[in-house]
Amino acid sequence: MKKLIELKNLTKEYSGQVVLKGINLDIYENEFVTLLGPSGCGKTTTLRIIGGFLDASDGTVIFDSYNISKIPSYKREINTVFQKYALFPHMNVGDNIAFGLKIKKMPRSLIKQKVADVLDLVGLNGYENRDVTLLSGGQQQRVAIARALVNEPKVLLLDEPLGALDLKLRKGMQLELKRIQKEVGITFIYVTHDQEEALTMSDKIVVMNEGSIQQIGTPMDIYNEPENRFVAKFIGDSNIMEGIMLKDFLVEFDNQQFECVDKGFMEDEEIDVVIRPEDIDILEEGNGKIDGVISSIIFKGVHYEIIVETNNRSYLIHTTDVVEKGRRVSLSFYPEDIHVMSRMESY
Amino acid sequence: MHHFKKLISPYLFVLFLFTLLPMLLIVIYAITISKNEVLTFTITFENFQRFFRDSIFISVLLQSFKLGLITTAICLFIGYPVAYAISLLKEKTQTYLILLITIPTWINLLIRTYSWVSILSSKGILNNFLAKFGIGPLNLLYTDFAVIIGMIYSCLPFMILPIHSSLTKMDQSLHEASMDLGANPMITFLKITFPLSLPGVLTGITMVFLPAISTFVIPKILGGAQYTLIGSFIETQFITIGNWNFGSAVSLILAAFILILMSLMNAADRYTNSGDRDEDETRRLKRYAKK
Amino acid sequence: MRKSKHIPSWLMVVLCLLFLYLPIVVMMIFSFNSTKSTSVFTGFSFRWYQTLFEDNDMMRAVYVSVSIAVIATFVSTVLGTLTAIGLSKTKKVMKEFILQINNLSILNPEIVTAISLMLLFSALNIQKGYMTMLLAHISFCTPFVITNVLPKVRQLDANLADAAMDLGATPFQALWKVIIPQIKPGIFAGALLAFTMSFDDFIISYFVTGNGVQNISIIVYNMSKRTNPSINALSTIVVLVILVVLILSRLLPMLNKKKEKRVQ
Repeated sequence: MKKLIELKNLTKEYSGQVVLKGINLDIYENEFVTLLGPSGCGKTTTLRIIGGFLDASDGTVIFDSYNISKIPSYKREINTVFQKYALFPHMNVGDNIAFGLKIKKMPRSLIKQKVADVLDLVGLNGYENRDVTLLSGGQQQRVAIARALVNEPKVLLLDEPLGALDLKLRKGMQLELKRIQKEVGITFIYVTHDQEEALTMSDKIVVMNEGSIQQIGTPMDIYNEPENRFVAKFIGDSNIMEGIMLKDFLVEFDNQQFECVDKGFMEDEEIDVVIRPEDIDILEEGNGKIDGVISSIIFKGVHYEIIVETNNRSYLIHTTDVVEKGRRVSLSFYPEDIHVMSRMESY
Repeated sequence: MHHFKKLISPYLFVLFLFTLLPMLLIVIYAITISKNEVLTFTITFENFQRFFRDSIFISVLLQSFKLGLITTAICLFIGYPVAYAISLLKEKTQTYLILLITIPTWINLLIRTYSWVSILSSKGILNNFLAKFGIGPLNLLYTDFAVIIGMIYSCLPFMILPIHSSLTKMDQSLHEASMDLGANPMITFLKITFPLSLPGVLTGITMVFLPAISTFVIPKILGGAQYTLIGSFIETQFITIGNWNFGSAVSLILAAFILILMSLMNAADRYTNSGDRDEDETRRLKRYAKK
Repeated sequence: MRKSKHIPSWLMVVLCLLFLYLPIVVMMIFSFNSTKSTSVFTGFSFRWYQTLFEDNDMMRAVYVSVSIAVIATFVSTVLGTLTAIGLSKTKKVMKEFILQINNLSILNPEIVTAISLMLLFSALNIQKGYMTMLLAHISFCTPFVITNVLPKVRQLDANLADAAMDLGATPFQALWKVIIPQIKPGIFAGALLAFTMSFDDFIISYFVTGNGVQNISIIVYNMSKRTNPSINALSTIVVLVILVVLILSRLLPMLNKKKEKRVQ
């Protein structure tokens, strides 16, 4: 697959504060990439640098083998879907969408056709003459997407576009966006702080924190094999403990040794271990690996969220099994459910 | 919360006594005539007819209109670029600049106008300065030029402030969206920024044109006898000639004129349809207070 | 919008500011001139200030302008604030009616307002002078206070006063302790506006005054055909007072914040 964008050592400083600490990232054709992280991690800054709305303090942006770092946004073949849609209130839907095409001096009949096509793509057939300020949030969202896509950019940037929508609408739009991306076949670079959203839509997730990239991988990779404590905590619920990698396939934590499937660490290296709550089974006392007492049970609909107190810590478990508070139990998990990560200081 | 409703009673009284009743009196005077300083109670439209019949009076109306137009046009021509220039700067800088532009409006109008008398007089600073280049002395005072300078001087801030306000209130991401879609800064300004700033422009025009038509102070101080505007015409009727009926009629004509223009402005505003500007805004900005 | 160099912008802004401040600066400079001239600065002197303070008419005019501005501001602010609060609880029809009349008085050309008030005082046989000027000022300042306070009142949580009274406060206490503190910025802005409008006024004052009572505007108007450098002195004082008020109003909030920090 062809490399479309290369970010080389992007750094950004704002009045003394370093917001981006040297970002290196490759983005390919036809990819749905999500920049994921908490507020202030630099994901939106990175996006805006790619879009040309912000200049990096250092580093380069390579697009299609050209260094576009100095090129202004209106000359880049990249289009953006803004967080609050940024629809032009004094133009109707059709004129909003046609804006970019008119700038390119496309013939009117061709513009008309393209506008109709893209409205069809986003499911708003016949909306050309509607007043944008009277549309619902979801509809405005689609117009914003249509307006960007009609220019046939090679890359579409999306800055937390679903933030203002209610939950159900958001989930629907997530699937819509994924469908549109597959249908149009271009690269989407998506920014969000919602890890569930990232897991649902992305081909590749870039987890960021405090201006640097924590991990790059597929949703499965990120979820199942987080590389450090931050990623483990940010994505999904987790049980994280400090431990020591005695040797390949053998890890020690909570004063016990466990077989695991990770290797490549140094002997007796200090590491972090993560076990997902849904990977832990509750068994009869004595039948599992770690003993403890059930201290709380919360019904979450999809599963129970159970906390078991052991000698060293409490474990969080997701299960559909029914248990009672106060029962003495034993926890069990498979070696492949233990994920060893490099130890992260101070997080 | 019925308790608080009673609070408006004193003001109702004030409104009635000091706004409604006086206006009523103007109407009464306008539709009557006085004989020997006694008001007769025959309703007549003679006063209005007199105004429109005589061409002198129409020319007074036209002169006021002309002055208003010129003042507004020049203020717009200078004011928009300045407002736009300010909107491009850092936020903090903008606040200080707006403050600087507002401060002169707090200084007494008479004082401000008077200062131009000494600057423009034949022995004044301007002529002094020009003399160094061998020009003049120019007879600047008591000319059209002086009056217009005086008018612009007092009106300019009221054009700049509303335009600046509408420029900064604009969603900045609209500019970014426009550039993102391929429009360079010039096209972005023409197609996005300017159209969306029109409500502010309209407010500015309202706040300059309407007072400019009804002014009489500035033309009187800086202009010569050649300037008879509606404002000074009314003043003459009341103070010098003592024909209160005719004067009231002309006042009503002026008020009606202003009212018509205001409705035209409102209609224009509804047409441009960018919901921000409303009557609260116009009034709030009529004399712009610092925030 | 990149906010970087912008030299042409700055140029335009500076030229505009020069235009706006040139007359003021000129006046201030020549107020210290030792001769009557307003084109040649012959020497530094306080002569015109002395003349100003010795001119009884001028000083009386200053007194009139200032005292009326202060009183009118106070009265119109109180009246306007209470009315705005009352209006927020008034039924729509009456409320719209009042606001429309307010609108009328604000948008009415000043000369029409001036004439109407003159007719009023004449019809009621009230002798024109200080009192009539004061009343007129109060009547045209109050609408501006209302338009500044009303939006702030609208933004208030309607439940606040109810909560106060639920806890035992009388309506007056609820007003004073809960509502007013919340709308302070609006009140302050309104008061400032009222003061400016009153202090600056000419046309209305001109028509409703009598008995030789003059404010600053009227006395300057009557003198304007002759150059009188003590007017420059007066103007300079006015500008300086405005500057002082400005600096104070900027400093006070900052001082308050510092006090709050120390308490914490």
